[in-house]
Amino acid sequence: MKFGVIVFPGSNCDHDAYHVISKHVGQPVDFIWHRDTSLSSYDAVIIPGGFSYGDYLRAGALARFSPVMNSVKKFAQSGRFVLGICNGFQILCEAGLLPGALIRNRDLHFICEHIFVRVEIADTAFTNELERGSVLRLPIAHAEGNYICDDDTFAALKREDRIIVRYCDKDGGVTDVANPNGSRDNIAGICNHERNVLGLMPHPERACEDLLGSSDGRGIFRSLAATLAAVA
Amino acid sequence: MKAKVYVNLKPGVLDPQGKAIQHSVELLGFSGISDIRQGKYFEIGLDSAFGEAAARESVSRMAREVLSNPITEDFSVEIEA
Repeated sequence: MKFGVIVFPGSNCDHDAYHVISKHVGQPVDFIWHRDTSLSSYDAVIIPGGFSYGDYLRAGALARFSPVMNSVKKFAQSGRFVLGICNGFQILCEAGLLPGALIRNRDLHFICEHIFVRVEIADTAFTNELERGSVLRLPIAHAEGNYICDDDTFAALKREDRIIVRYCDKDGGVTDVANPNGSRDNIAGICNHERNVLGLMPHPERACEDLLGSSDGRGIFRSLAATLAAVA
Repeated sequence: MKAKVYVNLKPGVLDPQGKAIQHSVELLGFSGISDIRQGKYFEIGLDSAFGEAAARESVSRMAREVLSNPITEDFSVEIEA
C-alpha cells in the first residue's frame, strides 16, 4: 500500500501526516506537489491541514482549482481513499467531494485546543479499528470549522450513517457546550455517499504521540491501513 | 468595461462577523440598527470587446463557480460600460 500527502502552497500539516504514515503506520508515503496530476501509484491520499493559498477568498476555495484536484476527483471516483483534515476537509467541501460547507466559527475566534470527539460509526474504512461510542482526544486548530448544510443534506447524512465523528465532552456526551465552533449537530467529520472520502476538522495526525498530549489519532490511520491491507 | 460582483451570505447563514461589527457600531452610539451582514465586493475589469450580455453571462458564471460558494452565499452582478 502506498500513501500520498498532497502539498499546496500554504499547507502546514503535510509533514505531520507524512511522519505518521511513515513512522506509526510504517508504510511508504510520498509528498505530492499540487501541480502534479498523477496519482496512479497511490492507494490513499491525504489532503492535509494548513492555509492553502492563504485562505484567500474562502478557506479551501482556491486549492480546489489546483491541477491535482481533478486527479483527486478521479481518484475518489475510482473508489480509492481520500482523507481531508482541517483545511483538507474545507477543500473537499469546496471541490464538491463532500457536501456542505465550513464557515466561520460561531464565536469568531481561531480555536486551537484539544477537544473530544465521539466515534459515531465504526464500520468505515477510516474507523474500523475504533469502537463505536469511543471518545478520542484530538486537537483542533481552525477559524472556519463551523459545519453547515441544508436540511436535505443533513437528513441524508444521518440516514446513510455518514456523520462519523461528533464533538462531545470527555465522557462522550454530545452537548452544545462541547461544540467548539457551532457545527450543526456537533458534526466534526463526515464521509461521502460512497464512504471512501472522509473529511475531519480535528487533527488525528497531531495526536499520534503521547509526548504531544494524545495518541488517540492513531486509530484513524491504523484503520485506513487495515482497510488497504484487506483490499490488497 | 467593468463588472461589479457582490457576494453575500444567504439569509439564515450565521454571520458572526456582522454581529461583532454591529455590536461595535452600537457601542459607538449608533442606534436603530436592526442587522449588519458582511459581504464581499469584487471589481472586474473587462475587455471592451465584450457586449453587455456576454459580459453578464461570463461574470455570472465566474461568480457562481469561483467567487461565491452556492451553499452559503448569494451573489449579484452589475455591468458598467
